[in-house]
Amino acid sequence: MTGAHDQPLLSVRDLSVRFGLKGQRQVAAVDEVSLDIWPGQHVALVGESGSGKSVTSLAVMGLLPDRGVEVGGEVLYRGEDLLTKSPKEMAGLRGSEIAMVFQDPMTSLNPVITVGVQLTEVLLRHLQVSKAEARERAVELLGRVGIPDPARRLREYPHQLSGGMRQRVLIAIALACEPKLLIADEPTTALDVTIQAQVLEVLKDLVADTDAALLMITHDLGVVAGLCDDVNVMYSGRIVESTNRNRLFANPRHPYTGGLLASIPRLDSPRGAPLTPIPGSPTQTLPWTSACAFAPRCGNRVEACTERAPALEATGDRDLRCFNPLADADLTGAAR
Amino acid sequence: MTIPLPPSGAGTDPLLTTADDAPGVSLWRAAWRRLRRNPTAIVGAVIVAAFILVALLAPLLTPYEPGSARWSGQVTPTSVPGPSPEHLLGLDRFGSDLFTQLVYGARQSLVYGVVATAIGLTAGTALGTLAGGAASVGGRIGGWVDNAVMRLVDIMLSVPSLLLAVSIAAVLGQNPYAVMIAIGVAQVPIFARLLRGSMLSQGRSDYVLAAEALGLRKRRIVMGHVLPNSLGPTVVQATLNLAVAIIEVAALSFLGLGQPDPAVAEWGRMLVAAQDRFEAAPQLALLPGGAIAITALGFTLFGEALREALDPRSRR
Repeated sequence: MTGAHDQPLLSVRDLSVRFGLKGQRQVAAVDEVSLDIWPGQHVALVGESGSGKSVTSLAVMGLLPDRGVEVGGEVLYRGEDLLTKSPKEMAGLRGSEIAMVFQDPMTSLNPVITVGVQLTEVLLRHLQVSKAEARERAVELLGRVGIPDPARRLREYPHQLSGGMRQRVLIAIALACEPKLLIADEPTTALDVTIQAQVLEVLKDLVADTDAALLMITHDLGVVAGLCDDVNVMYSGRIVESTNRNRLFANPRHPYTGGLLASIPRLDSPRGAPLTPIPGSPTQTLPWTSACAFAPRCGNRVEACTERAPALEATGDRDLRCFNPLADADLTGAAR
Repeated sequence: MTIPLPPSGAGTDPLLTTADDAPGVSLWRAAWRRLRRNPTAIVGAVIVAAFILVALLAPLLTPYEPGSARWSGQVTPTSVPGPSPEHLLGLDRFGSDLFTQLVYGARQSLVYGVVATAIGLTAGTALGTLAGGAASVGGRIGGWVDNAVMRLVDIMLSVPSLLLAVSIAAVLGQNPYAVMIAIGVAQVPIFARLLRGSMLSQGRSDYVLAAEALGLRKRRIVMGHVLPNSLGPTVVQATLNLAVAIIEVAALSFLGLGQPDPAVAEWGRMLVAAQDRFEAAPQLALLPGGAIAITALGFTLFGEALREALDPRSRR
C-alpha cells in the first residue's frame, strides 16, 4: 500500500449496478464506470435524468437496497474496497469519512424532529463529544452555513425553514464530522434559482474550509463550471467523456457533451433565437452491448455506431467513448 | 460568512418561515390550529368534552346515588313513573332515578373505554413497533420476527372483535377488569397493523435514506426517526377506537358479561332492563341508547377531524 498522497482518495473501478432479481431480465443502470477523486479535488458527474448518476453515488455510499441489486467492480476508498465491507463498517464510514447531500431538502430532513437533534445526533454518533459540546458545535455549524440566529433555529422544526435554509442545514449536517469526501447529489436542483447560487457558495466555502474532496452530481453545467476540476459525462449508465473542466468547456469531443453545451442559453445569443435542444429523449437508447446508446439522437452518427459498442479510450487529453467525435472546437456539429 | 443573505428580522422574514406556520409551531400545534377551524372537529370536541365533564362531575349533577332502588314502590308491573320535579327523567324499572343512572353510566363508559383503549394502544404499539422495526432493520432475523408477529396479529384479526371480547370475558369470568382486558385485546391487532404499515411506508422516505447516509445506527433510525413519524395515524385510531370501545362495553354488558354489581350504573345493562318495558316506557331504552350513540359519534367526529388535521395532503 502506498502513502496517502500517492493514491486517489476514492477510486471507482469498472463499477456496474444491475437491477432485477436473479433469473429474470436484468437492467444495467450503471456499467463500466471508473473515476478517480484525489484528496481535495472536485469532480463532477454530469448527465440527464436516468443516466445513472444517482445510482453511482448510492453504490459508492453502500445505500442501494440489499435485494434485487447486483453491484460489480470495485469502489476503493483509500485503497480499501467499500463493496466488500460489512454493513456495520460502512455505517461507521458514512457521515464521518464520506458524507452525502441529497437533492430534495424538503424531504431529506425528518419533519417531526428539531433541526438541532438532527444536527447533534450525527456528531454524537461519530465523534467523542458530550451533548453540550455537540450542541455548541451545532450552533457554530449553523452559523457557518449562513443561518442567522442559529441557537434559535436549532430548536425549530424543518417545516419552519425555507428550502434554501433547509439545504444549508443538510450541508451543515453532512459536513458536521468533517468528512474527507462529500457526495452532493444535485444539491441545488430543488431550489429557486436565486437561492441556488447562495447555497452553492456555502457548499463551496465549506468544502474548501474542511479540505474535503467533492463528487458533484448534477445535470447543470453551470454548476460544474463554477465548482469542479474534472468532469465525467454519463449517458445511459456509462461514462462517455471524461476530462478536465476547461478542456471540456472549450472543446467538447463527444457529440452528447457538445449537445449539452449547445443547449445552454447564452447571454450573447440574439433575442428570440430558439434554444438548441438535443433531439429525442433519454429513453431512445440502444443497448450499450451492441451499439452506442446515444446513436439514435446523435448528429455525428456513422455506421459503426449502430453495429458495435464503442469503448472508452484515452485519446490525447481525455477519455472518450465515440467512433466519430466532434472535431476540435466544433460546438455546432452536435445534435443537428 | 460572505454569503449575501436576505435581511432577517427574526421570525417575520417570509423567506425564513413558510406561510402557514408561525415560528415556534410544532407539527402538533399546527394540526391543532387546523383543527380549530374545522366545524366537524368542534362538534366532536364539544360532545367529547361534555361527556367527560358529565362523567367527572356526576356527583354534582345529581343528588341521588346510582343503583339505589329507593323508589321501587312507585314502579308497577305495567307502568314506570315518568318525569317529575324530583326525578327529571323519571324512574327506571327498578325504582332508581333515571337521570342519575345515565350520569353515572357516563362515568363507567369513560373509564372502561379509556382503559380498554389504553390496553389496546400499549400492546398494539409494542407489537407494531416490534414488527415494523424488525422489518425495517431487515435481514433474516428481522424478517422472521416481523412475520411471526404479523401472523399472530392476523389470527387475532380473523376473529370478530366482539366475539373475541366475549370469549375473553367468558374465560376471565364476570369482573370489571375482564371487560377492559377483553375489549383492549380485541383492539391490539388494529393498532399493531396500522403502526407497522405506517412504519414501513415511512422507512422508504428520503429522510431515512439521509439518516442512513449519515451512518446512524439502525436502531436509532427506527426508534428516533421512523417511529415518531408513524405515530400520527395511531393516535387518530385511538380516538376512533374509543368510540368502538364504548359501544363494546355496552354490548358486553347487554350480553350479561359486563359489570356484575347492580349498584353500578351502566348504559348497556340499562338497555337490557328496558327491554321488557319498551312499550310502556320507551325512554328507558331510548335515553341510554341515545347516550351511547351520541358519545360514540362525538369520538368518531373528533377522530376523523384529527386525521384530517394531521394529514399532510389536506394542509392548506
